[in-house]
Formats: sequence, C-alpha cells, structure tokens
Amino acid sequence: MFEIFGVPSNALFGQLLIGLINGSFYALLSLGLAVIFGMLNIINFSHGAQYMLGAFVAYLLLQYSGLGYWPALIVAPILVGITGMIVERLMLRWLYKLDHLYGLLLTFGLALIFEGVTRNYFGSAGLPYTVPDSLQGGRNLGFMFLPNYRAWVIVASLTICFGTWFVIERTRLGAYLRAATENPTLVRAFGINVPRMITLTYGFGVALAAFAGVMAAPIYNVSPQMGSELIIVVFAVVVIGGMGSILGAIVTGFGLGVVEGLTKVFFPEASNTVIFVVMAIVLLVRPAGLFGRRA
Amino acid sequence: MEHVVDPLATKPSALRGQSETIFFVVMVVGLVVAPFVTYPLFLMQAMCFALFACAFNLLIGYVGLLSFGHALYFGWASYLSAHSAKVWGFPPEFAILTGTATAAVLGLLAGSLAIRRQGIYFAMITLALAQMMYFFALQAKFTGGEDGIQAVPRGYLFGVIDLKNEIAMYVVVLVVFLAGFLFIYRIIHSPFGEVLKAIRENEQRAISLGYKTDRYKLVAFVLSTTLAGLAGATKAIVLQLASLTDVNWPMSGEVVLMTLVGGLGTIFGPVVGSFVILVMQYKLSIVGEWVLVIQGMIFVACVLLFRRGIVGEIANWLRLRL
Repeated sequence: MFEIFGVPSNALFGQLLIGLINGSFYALLSLGLAVIFGMLNIINFSHGAQYMLGAFVAYLLLQYSGLGYWPALIVAPILVGITGMIVERLMLRWLYKLDHLYGLLLTFGLALIFEGVTRNYFGSAGLPYTVPDSLQGGRNLGFMFLPNYRAWVIVASLTICFGTWFVIERTRLGAYLRAATENPTLVRAFGINVPRMITLTYGFGVALAAFAGVMAAPIYNVSPQMGSELIIVVFAVVVIGGMGSILGAIVTGFGLGVVEGLTKVFFPEASNTVIFVVMAIVLLVRPAGLFGRRA
Repeated sequence: MEHVVDPLATKPSALRGQSETIFFVVMVVGLVVAPFVTYPLFLMQAMCFALFACAFNLLIGYVGLLSFGHALYFGWASYLSAHSAKVWGFPPEFAILTGTATAAVLGLLAGSLAIRRQGIYFAMITLALAQMMYFFALQAKFTGGEDGIQAVPRGYLFGVIDLKNEIAMYVVVLVVFLAGFLFIYRIIHSPFGEVLKAIRENEQRAISLGYKTDRYKLVAFVLSTTLAGLAGATKAIVLQLASLTDVNWPMSGEVVLMTLVGGLGTIFGPVVGSFVILVMQYKLSIVGEWVLVIQGMIFVACVLLFRRGIVGEIANWLRLRL
C-alpha cells in the first residue's frame, strides 16, 4: 500500500470506483433525459421514478416469478418502457404545443404517483437484491480490489451509452430522429411517422432509466425514494453538460461521478453538494454549459 | 404558456371593474370571521402557505419563471427565524425580519445564477440549488438535523403583546398575510409589473424595446424569495417549529401544486389553492402515504384538464379578472 496526497491508495481507488459507478448512473439517466428532451421538448421529471420502477420490477420478478438478474435486465426495461409509451400516448401527447413547464409539472405528478404507490406497498425501507451468481466475487488488481459486479456495471453502462450515441449519430434511424428534432413537419412530409417515432423515443428513454434501475438494484437497496434523490443530481449534471450533445451527457455524467468520488476522499462533508457547487461555477463561467450551444 | 384572453377587453360593467376589490373584501371578511368557526392554528398555517404560494405565483404567473426550489427560501427563513428567536432571544418581529432578510440574500445569490439560463433550465437550476441548501441544512449544527428547531418561543411582539395568546398571534399573521398580498398586488399593477408581463409574453421583444430583462427578472426573483421568506419566518413563529420538511424538495412541489390548483397568474388563485390543498391534507391524513399519490393525481389532472386552476376557471366563466 502506498499513499497519494496523504491518502492511502486503496481508499483513493475505492472512492474512484464508487465515483465511476455513480457516474455510470448519472450518464445513463442524463442520456435518457437528453434523448427525450430532444424529441419531446419535455423534461421528464418522472425519470428518477422510472429508474426506481425498473429496480422494483426486477425485485418483483425475482420474488414472484423466479426470474433472475439477467432476464430482468431485459424484461424490466421493456415493461417499464411500455408503461412509458402508454403515458406518452395518453398524456404527454396533449402538451407538446404548450409551454415546456406543463410537461415538467405533469411528469412531476407522475413521479409522485409512482413513488407514493411503491411506498404504500413496500414501505420506505430498502429491499435487498443480491448480486447474480455469475458476477459474485472480484479480482485483485494489485493496487485495489475490484468486485466483478461493479466492473460489469461500468462496462455495461459505457456500452449502452456509446451504443446510443452510435445509433443516434451514425445510423439512418438516428438521422431520422435528428431530423425530426430539427423540423418534425418537414420529416412528416417525407412520409415518416413522427408521432410514432416520438412515442418510441420516450419509451426508449424510459427503458434506459429502467435498465439503470435494474443495474442499481444490487448496489443500492431497492427503495421507493431511490429515484427522487438521484434525479435532482442528474438535473444538475444536465445543467452542467447541456442537453445539446449526447457525448456531452456521457462525459459529464462519468466526470462528475469521479469528481464526487474524489471529494469523498479529500473533503467528505462536501460530497453531497459538490455537484451542485460545480453547477454554480459552470453557470458563472460558461452559462450555456460545458457542451451546450447558446440557444 | 396558455393565457386567458383579457376579459376586460370588452366594455367593463361597474361590477367587472370592481371584481378584484369585491373579492378582496370577501376574503378579508372571511379571514376575520374564520377563527370563530374553525381552528385558528390551522388558519394561521394556511395563511402562511397562501403568502408563500402568492410569492411563488409572482414569478410563474407574471414573469413566466418556474422556480422549482422555493422551499429553499421558505425553509431557510424558517430556520433563521426560529434560531434567532430561540437562541439569540430576538423578539418575534426581529426574528421574522431576520428570516426574511436571509431569504432575500439567498434569493439574490441563487437568482443571479439561475437567470443565466432560460426556460426549463431555470427550473432545474433552482431545484438543484435548493437541494444543495437542503444538504447544508441537514449537516449544519444549528438546524438540529432531523429534529429541526423545536419549541421556538413566540415571545412578546414589540415587547408588550404576548403572542402565546392565539387571537393576538392570529391578528399578526393576518396583518402579515394581507400586507404581503397587497404588496404583490401593487407590484403586479405597477409599471414594473407591466414590464414583467411583457417579459413573460415575449422576452426577445422586451429586450429589443431596450429593457434589461435580466435585471427585471432578478428583482422579481428576489422579491418573490423575500416574500416566501416572510411566509416561512412567520410560520416558524406560529408553529414554533422549523424542520427539514420546510426546506426539502417536496415542499417546493407543494407550493407549485397549490398555485396550479388555484390558478397560475391569478391574484386570488394561490390563496384558494393553498387552502384547498391544506384542507385536503388534513382530511386525508388518515390515508397516510396515499396523500402523495393523490397529490400526484391532482398535478396530472390540473395539467391535462384544467390548466387555468379553480380561480382561473371561475374568472373565465364569469368573464372577470381575479
């Protein structure tokens, strides 16, 4: 063991790892928010609640139908994504012509409903969800101990993030999406079903949140308030990164996770607030955000 | 934002010209009679929340800015008011002033950051800053953490009037509420208020007319946070309690809900909305956690079905301005 800036190296690397894990979730959630905002012009306040629902669906699948972690990783995002598409069809659709604020208020209401219902049935205490057998244990890297599950979360999150970036920036489908973001009327005139694309985009964004929720279940406990605590931090991440760029959302998410991890080592009292402080500094120095374009 | 066509554009009758005055008189008479009918403590609490909602409405209704972190000013004013009354031994009027001033300073700091971004970002920034100050409140020693500041003395107003007397306390809260209400009314109907409405309708146009809209927005923001602080500081003296509930994000959501239910951009809406929501919370306290679900449903219903809110709908129906 050696020391870096007077801090034992394993503590430093341990917190860096936790930072990367948190960063994975910030990145996945802010990515989903950015994708939804791009298409729907709505800030999805229920994103945190949908992340929480993903974790709960995984928990329920395990309890009542014996479906383990790996099937849940597919099934839970699909189920939650479908509820998202229903919400979009029944409710969000009516708000596109109105001010952004109404979308925020509606999804805030939905978040309260989701959180309230789960709290009624499961209480506020966290429910445990065990790490799948195939990812138990860990390996010693020489300078630190790396649990397999945590390594998996980082790899999976990076893969999903860059996969999404690739689809949106480099494929034909992504080109349609970007075009519909810029000018939906024109894209519609080309014979592309934009309303259906909007529904699917919302469903995909929500599914991303649920996917993050399933991955989070073994790390944090499954609890009704796990989403609302996270979503506010993710909002700050989005303000820092700006929602204009997919890559920006990913980089900012991971970066801030690491910053938070380092703060836990050097100045633990500030670890809850450091992201908000960074946000304030960014607003002072670069009001449009690190990757944002001046609107 | 959706706006009702000005009902006064058509020829106003004598009644229509006076509708605000008539409703104001009705409200004052109602509030004077009410303590003889129902619990004064409940009414005092409701008036504090009504002032809080009116302050919030000044921003969303008249400048078009959605602050999703108004609990910050309400809660911190409440803490400072409680702390100065209990630990520093301030008389209630100075305790309330201390709390209000705290909210003004915090509002100036948060506002100058938040107005750097428009629209939806403004809401997210105010929410994030409020969350940051929530964590400070959680960690700071003087706030008492999870316990909050309890058993705050109500003290003697101006050194003579004992506020442990419910009637005296009620009169103080009524005066504070009405003063705040009339002050907001005055702001809205001043030339300054007209500029705010111009910014709400079309900020670019207001800029092109030579108005420094950022300054107007900041002043409106500080006015709103100061009044929210006045409400929070008074509440701490009335309920003799300041706690984390007042400073946490659900409180920010609650004030949005009260204003939305009553009617965004109406003068009486926030007052009606806060009474409706508080009565609902009292009546529904038996169903426990379902209150959260019901609040969520009201949000959804308001946004989808009646965006004008209670007062807005009535005003539209009677073709009055309220």
